Amino acid sequence: MKLPRQLADIGLTLGSVLLAILVTTLILIAVGAPPGEAYRNLLAGALESPVKLADVMTAWVPLSLASAGLLITFAAGLWNIGIEGQIVMGAVAATWAVRLFDLPSLLYIPVVLLAGMAGGLAWAVLAGVLKTHGNVHEIFGGLGLNFIAAAFTNYLIFGPWRPASRATMSGTAPFPSTVWLPNLGGLRVSPLALLAALIGMIAVYVALRGTSWGLKLKAVGKNSRASQLIGIDTTRQMLTSFAICGALAGLGGAIQTIGVYHRLIPQISGGYGYLAILVVLLAGMRTVWVPPIAFFFAAVGVGSPRLELRMQLDSSLGGVLQGTIVLFVLLAYGLRVRLAERKSER
Amino acid sequence: MNNELLRTLATVVAVSAPLVYAGIGETLTEKAGVINLSLDGSILLSAMGAFATAYLTGSLFWGFVVAALIGAAVAALIAFASISLRQDQVAVGFVLTLLCADLSSFLGNPFVHKPGPAIPNMPIPILKDLPIVGPILFSQDLVVYGSFLLILLSWLWTFKTQPGLRLQGIGERPEAAFARGTNVNRLRFFYTVLGGALVGIAGAAYSLDIKLGWSHNHTAGNGWIALAIVIFGGWHPLRVAFGAYLFGGLKALGSVMQRVAPGVPTQIFQAAPFALMIVALLLVSGNVLDRLLAYLPRRTRQRVTSLVRSSPPAALGKPFVEE
Amino acid sequence: MQIELRNIHKHFGPVRANDGISLRVQSGTIHGLLGENGAGKSTLMKILSGYLSLDSGQILVKGRPVSIQSPAQGIRHGIGMLHQDPLDFPAMRVLDNFLLGRGSRLRQHRARAKTELLQLADRFGFPMDPEEMLSTLSIGERQQLEILRLISLGAETLILDEPTTGISTPQKVQLFATLHRLAAEGRSVIFVSHKLEDAEELCHRVTVLRHGRVSGEIEAPFQSAQLVRLMFGQDLPPSERATIPTGQPVLQLDHVTLPGPRFSIPNISMTIRAGEVIGLAGIEGSGQRLFLHACVGLVRPSSGQILLDGQDMVGQSYHHLLKSGMAFLPANRLEEGLVEGLTLAEHCILTDRENMPFFVRWSEAREKARQKISEYNIQGTPDSPIESLSGGNQQRALLSLLPSHLRLLALEHPTRGLDVESARWVWDMLQQRRRQGTAIVFTSADLDEIRERSERIYVFSGGNLSGPVDATETSTTELGMMIGGKAYEIA
Repeated sequence: MKLPRQLADIGLTLGSVLLAILVTTLILIAVGAPPGEAYRNLLAGALESPVKLADVMTAWVPLSLASAGLLITFAAGLWNIGIEGQIVMGAVAATWAVRLFDLPSLLYIPVVLLAGMAGGLAWAVLAGVLKTHGNVHEIFGGLGLNFIAAAFTNYLIFGPWRPASRATMSGTAPFPSTVWLPNLGGLRVSPLALLAALIGMIAVYVALRGTSWGLKLKAVGKNSRASQLIGIDTTRQMLTSFAICGALAGLGGAIQTIGVYHRLIPQISGGYGYLAILVVLLAGMRTVWVPPIAFFFAAVGVGSPRLELRMQLDSSLGGVLQGTIVLFVLLAYGLRVRLAERKSER
Repeated sequence: MNNELLRTLATVVAVSAPLVYAGIGETLTEKAGVINLSLDGSILLSAMGAFATAYLTGSLFWGFVVAALIGAAVAALIAFASISLRQDQVAVGFVLTLLCADLSSFLGNPFVHKPGPAIPNMPIPILKDLPIVGPILFSQDLVVYGSFLLILLSWLWTFKTQPGLRLQGIGERPEAAFARGTNVNRLRFFYTVLGGALVGIAGAAYSLDIKLGWSHNHTAGNGWIALAIVIFGGWHPLRVAFGAYLFGGLKALGSVMQRVAPGVPTQIFQAAPFALMIVALLLVSGNVLDRLLAYLPRRTRQRVTSLVRSSPPAALGKPFVEE
Repeated sequence: MQIELRNIHKHFGPVRANDGISLRVQSGTIHGLLGENGAGKSTLMKILSGYLSLDSGQILVKGRPVSIQSPAQGIRHGIGMLHQDPLDFPAMRVLDNFLLGRGSRLRQHRARAKTELLQLADRFGFPMDPEEMLSTLSIGERQQLEILRLISLGAETLILDEPTTGISTPQKVQLFATLHRLAAEGRSVIFVSHKLEDAEELCHRVTVLRHGRVSGEIEAPFQSAQLVRLMFGQDLPPSERATIPTGQPVLQLDHVTLPGPRFSIPNISMTIRAGEVIGLAGIEGSGQRLFLHACVGLVRPSSGQILLDGQDMVGQSYHHLLKSGMAFLPANRLEEGLVEGLTLAEHCILTDRENMPFFVRWSEAREKARQKISEYNIQGTPDSPIESLSGGNQQRALLSLLPSHLRLLALEHPTRGLDVESARWVWDMLQQRRRQGTAIVFTSADLDEIRERSERIYVFSGGNLSGPVDATETSTTELGMMIGGKAYEIA
């Protein structure tokens, strides 16, 4: 009974992916670009060399961390669109810690990472309090805070934190190398960052599957009225889920600063938060599906700039492909549920 | 009244026009009980579509038609997913927000920073010579006049016609509307698509009139503002329009401030609209206002409350299934 | 207008809501339709007015068979229904409510409609301000508006579903005068009710339903006792009851007033002792749920004291009271009691508040669930999603999840939807609780259950609380009369 259903799920997902690729192909044909070459470039741009693969893993880290956080908020039935700003504020807080301290690496890096987590956490709890105590839906509260965080970053980069030479779009002055996350053999990817993402994923998996806190969270997300009657403090559950999601997102932001760019740049997140929402929606909120989907999305993201270099196509084709896949999967699942309902009505 | 002030006010009226289109479009959709969350993306995509069409054909008219069709098509997807499939409207809307934005970047790439046609100014004879209102309201172009007309028509339609009553009914209590012979789901589909078409026109109003041309993420952020204005405006066409103008006015005030106080960081003005959005929502939906109003005398309090406070359509976001 | 229903059948899954009902309503009469909750009255009337489709049977209007597929078609055949909770739009104005759905043309003809509404209102003596917001009106006034609207749409048969629940006495007098007048004008009125008094006062003829069938049809004048017998069945000899000594007072209500959405229930004073069972009778929506909520702190009384072991607990949070040994079992198990999508084992973890380690010990939880499954005879496994259990097993699960020591247990319809076997088992469990000194308060729509299971009975009737009645000395007839608002005639 259980196996055929899972098979049907996989079949449905694969069908939707094929349909999405078909739509993207049609779009490519419409703009007069050879689809085969475009997909080849997309693939090669992501996977042709260890360097590229390392870049994909570099992108996978913040995407996984954000997705892990979103699994928590989605479990509580919350739409934490503010995650984008939580990544940004994590990066800002990390930069602030970098500027504030000067420590040996062994101490410096953990302090900065912790600061990043605190920054993301604070920004997320703000969105949470706006919801639980101010009745502002988390979508609007979070979105507003995203834009504010972006403007705040720009202010810092062009204001108090501008490089001594002159303020540019390329960000603050580079950080001292003592705070850089160590790299792996000249590749951009940092084993520490990978480890952090892995730990984050596992922690979320354990929290949701193996702790009473995670169980309470799921109960709140599924039926908050019954949860309250059972004796769960629903407000506290929501706020802690915001906090944890924000901390994970903030960690991702901190890693972007000290692991990838070695400075604070405008758009430090670059949409990883929004992309992570798509990852989790596509995974149907199932934790084990998140890492591979995040890898696929990261690969598409890393591969698509080559479309711009080689074919003068805009790199947003990658986003089109990702969005279309998620859309079709959502529609396919809806269709399946409706058909099953209609069958049982008969 | 000095000329500069009049000119500023005229600008406010003009730059608010797209928000009026999008805000009222979304109001009609939500009044019917459906949330079209994709505004930020559909405005971008239709702005791009409008510009590309006008650029390629030289016809502003076809630019607007294509924009309306794009907005309507995106809305139709949402209607299909939420009404026919009873899927989560927020999830589908959010995915479409991102998808449409990326699509606009991809398809719009060849048109970035190209000079394109613009809606010509068209002062209305006689009316434009009226003192004060002449220069503010009647020295504009067709898109802006259209926004005036839309405010008036949507208000009349919603509150003064039989179909408008049904529109309110299907969003408030679909089962009661059904009891009175209304085909709830068909009407919801209709208003979702109609609202989407207006959102599309808002996109065209940006790229062909208010914020001429096309670039990546040309209108980003405005869709979210429009969505917030609908809540701020309490799902009432006139108040939503007021919200749009208030917003446009504060933005204009910001640019004036930027000139008179160059010391203030420009990023404050980037962030201000969104800070404002949160504060506005906090005021209309949180209990902050209740606490403030508690200081007023009882009678005044009731009147003020009924003015600023309003509830969403009771069945907003809830699918309707006939028994 | 003459209406005839022939052999109407309607099933909801295995439940036969209407099991071959035939009924004839003459024009110019007020026809009463009486029965308990779940007797099939509302289903039958929804079929007649087009809200539900019938499985089999025939509807005849003026002797001609018709098919009524929607409420709009019902109105076209001259049949209009007034629902217990009026199907109108509280957020809109009176006039808008009157206008909505009149024709599909563009114009509203507000002025004309306003005149029509005011004239109609005047004719029936209803005070009506067309520009007022409907949400400021009482239920009675909203009913009046619906009646006027249906009449102006040409309804010749008017169905009223429990119209006297939640309206004031003067409004009731006015409603009855209106209905008499409508009948005198040649329209027919179908009056759905459980209130004997109302039916006796108003109806020319009464049909009584019981378990989805017609149990009798009587012409006026009626005898209360006969109606009650038709509604509730014969008085059964009282079954043997366990004698469990009652102990100290657990919960005391002292001049408590409860604020409700429709009416408030004033001045309740009551003492509930350890081991005692209190039954709350009354038609649903008469205030029992509010009372249970107040007992466990989910509703705050507007005045008075509620003492738990002598301590005033008004204002204490529900969660605090849970810890003090109170519990509440709601009737809609899957909406309020259990969390759909979680398993039985997961429910065990969530409800075991004293012993909730941060890391779940799954094997322990499964073991605990397995224990409950055998102890409470639940058909299911620790890993079955809770919604996959049958209603009876859900109720068993809910009972199994209660903490072992309870001071007071408030239950809403504890055996609703259960088969006889499960229902008896539920009460066996509750008896065990009583022996441990737990006080029990419960509501039920089944008067026999209330009579058999409780020691003292309170009756809710339209916002009033009467009683207590000694359960061993009362009869179903007497309770039925009290529910029907005839308590004082007997006393």
